Amino acid sequence: MTVVQTGTPLLTAEGVSKWFFLGNTLFRRGRQDVVRAVDGVSFDIRRGEVLGLVGESGSGKSTVGRTILRLNEPTAGSIRFDGHELAGLTRRQLRPLRPRMQLIFQDPFSSLNPRMTVGRIIDTPITIHAPETSRAARRERVAELLHLVGLSPRYAERYPHEFSGGQRQRIGIARALVMNPDFLVADEPVSALDVSIQAQVVNLLLEIREKLGLTMLFISHDLAVVGCVSDRIAVMYLGRIVELAPTRSLFLDPRHPYTEALFSAEPIPNPAIRRDRILLKGEIPSPVNPPSGCVFRTRCPYALPDCAKVVPPLTEVAPGHAKACIRDDLDLRPSQHA
Amino acid sequence: MAGSAQPAAIGETVLKVADLCVTFRTPAGPIEVPRGVSFTVRRGETLALVGESGSGKSVTSLAVMRLTPKPPRCHVRGQVLLRDDAGGTRDLLSLSDEQMRRVRGNDISMIFQEPMTSLNPVHTVGAQIAEAIHFHRNVGPRAARERALALLELVGISEPRKRLDSYPHHLSGGMRQRVMIAMALACDPKVLIADEPTTALDVTVQAQILALLKELQQRTGMGIIFITHNLGVVAEIADRVMVMYAGRIVEQADVGPLFARPMMPYTAGLLRSVPRVDLAGAGRPVLETIGGNVPDPLRMPPGCAFHPRCRHHRPGRCDTAVPALEDAGGDHLLRCARWREIAEAAS
Repeated sequence: MTVVQTGTPLLTAEGVSKWFFLGNTLFRRGRQDVVRAVDGVSFDIRRGEVLGLVGESGSGKSTVGRTILRLNEPTAGSIRFDGHELAGLTRRQLRPLRPRMQLIFQDPFSSLNPRMTVGRIIDTPITIHAPETSRAARRERVAELLHLVGLSPRYAERYPHEFSGGQRQRIGIARALVMNPDFLVADEPVSALDVSIQAQVVNLLLEIREKLGLTMLFISHDLAVVGCVSDRIAVMYLGRIVELAPTRSLFLDPRHPYTEALFSAEPIPNPAIRRDRILLKGEIPSPVNPPSGCVFRTRCPYALPDCAKVVPPLTEVAPGHAKACIRDDLDLRPSQHA
Repeated sequence: MAGSAQPAAIGETVLKVADLCVTFRTPAGPIEVPRGVSFTVRRGETLALVGESGSGKSVTSLAVMRLTPKPPRCHVRGQVLLRDDAGGTRDLLSLSDEQMRRVRGNDISMIFQEPMTSLNPVHTVGAQIAEAIHFHRNVGPRAARERALALLELVGISEPRKRLDSYPHHLSGGMRQRVMIAMALACDPKVLIADEPTTALDVTVQAQILALLKELQQRTGMGIIFITHNLGVVAEIADRVMVMYAGRIVEQADVGPLFARPMMPYTAGLLRSVPRVDLAGAGRPVLETIGGNVPDPLRMPPGCAFHPRCRHHRPGRCDTAVPALEDAGGDHLLRCARWREIAEAAS
């Protein structure tokens, strides 16, 4: 794998938190609960790099994606995109930056307006950000993009319901690319698709990334998909990054017990491989009342009394490989048993 | 028999489905999915049903349970033979609705993908499990509640006595799926149909549920039909695998041979298009894909339904007649006109 380690960061997140405050309602007066969806997350994404973000539902991975695009206002922390501090900017101030950072959604059925033609869906960003563009130029750009994502330019006249899930996802990708963004957040872009179609869309994303030199945050709960796409991977659990490493070193040498458990839980499509599973007890706790200290300790097979006392910081244990765990004495199992 | 500790545990046939066809009447014309599906499930065996959306895997299981819409909207043909305790068999498709109600949840049960929508939100978990026991076993409320408690313990729910009085919204997704399993097992069914039971769950919880199903199967000897699109899960849990495409079985074999030597081009393509954790990071594998899309059930291609997407297809061979389901040896069934040539070319 050719990881460009030297690239300068295009996006840097530092101590980013997003808390949701549950307000007083008729049934819950007086106390204000806080959902700590994202709690002090730091990472950077280098130019031309794909950073994978994995975690289970409730880990806060989608909230991270939305917050660094400033679709959410962060509760704390700083987000720098190509030299601009995004935290605290107003909508108006954000506007000129918007075309440069785009989002691809999970559900290709609800993310396309059923009343618009495909051409209209794809060229709407142009009419917003570059209204002076002529109609002919817009039409040409739409045709170019449809071609890029492997669809016939004739499809511009059709409506979303005429397309299959995989084709719709291609349309969503074309829309995200129309303004020539530098940075893409892909939030579970293939989770709703059948296996054979999933592979087509993953390949398309890799191809486009190569061709256009895109920088990407790729969010998924599927370790195998993230592993195929990403240069580096961040593993999230209950609002925090617990491990961050280059893909290969994460898979071969996981340093956080949660990463090990995720690898162990992932079913491998080869019946000849038999493993002793690490079965975690229970499920991810509520982000309203996260455990003290290390958030994973309630399910961790290696937890010590000290784990409840301090929040372990994300510290580098090998070049480019960081983990948030106080135990340095563990010999954890890699993902592959082939 | 990969995965099961005692391969000898697989016994006599408990369910035999023969030539099952389901026709739906739609405004645009009749749709037939599945189209002539036959398979058997043996005691202690897990048969995985694999296919993409629209392949007919869910309709097959609903037809076995007699849960498809009533005629004239939908017609079911064929035979679904379930072994009864006396050693004879009964065709479920010929039972009256009342007789079928006695079979469903008793001899054959089903669990679904979404445990929230399958549980009644206004009744406690205990009451819902006890209802099934009361209905099928004709026992009093106290005995039914005791049995419900034992079942919650069996499926690994912590503090089962407290959970009896919980409502479904108190429980997490994994717990709800455990409750569904408890309910399905209330009357010791001979066959359990699990329709994508772990698809909505996180991987760590999925691993828990798969382990639980395996353990329960070893204990009770039930046959399981496990419907999924996740080939990783198939490799974990199945003894035998049946691959469906456009309403037909295209390949059926024991799990080992199927993954090691898939013979139908669709199965082979499906296996190659799975991103694999065990290979990830070892380079940048560009995934192999199957081009095109699943055919429209109203406009099925002539001949082999897969031929428009198949790289091995030959005009005149593959687009004329539907290939028969052949045995390639060792109970490895497949439906492909060119499998001998393809296998030769590969070796």
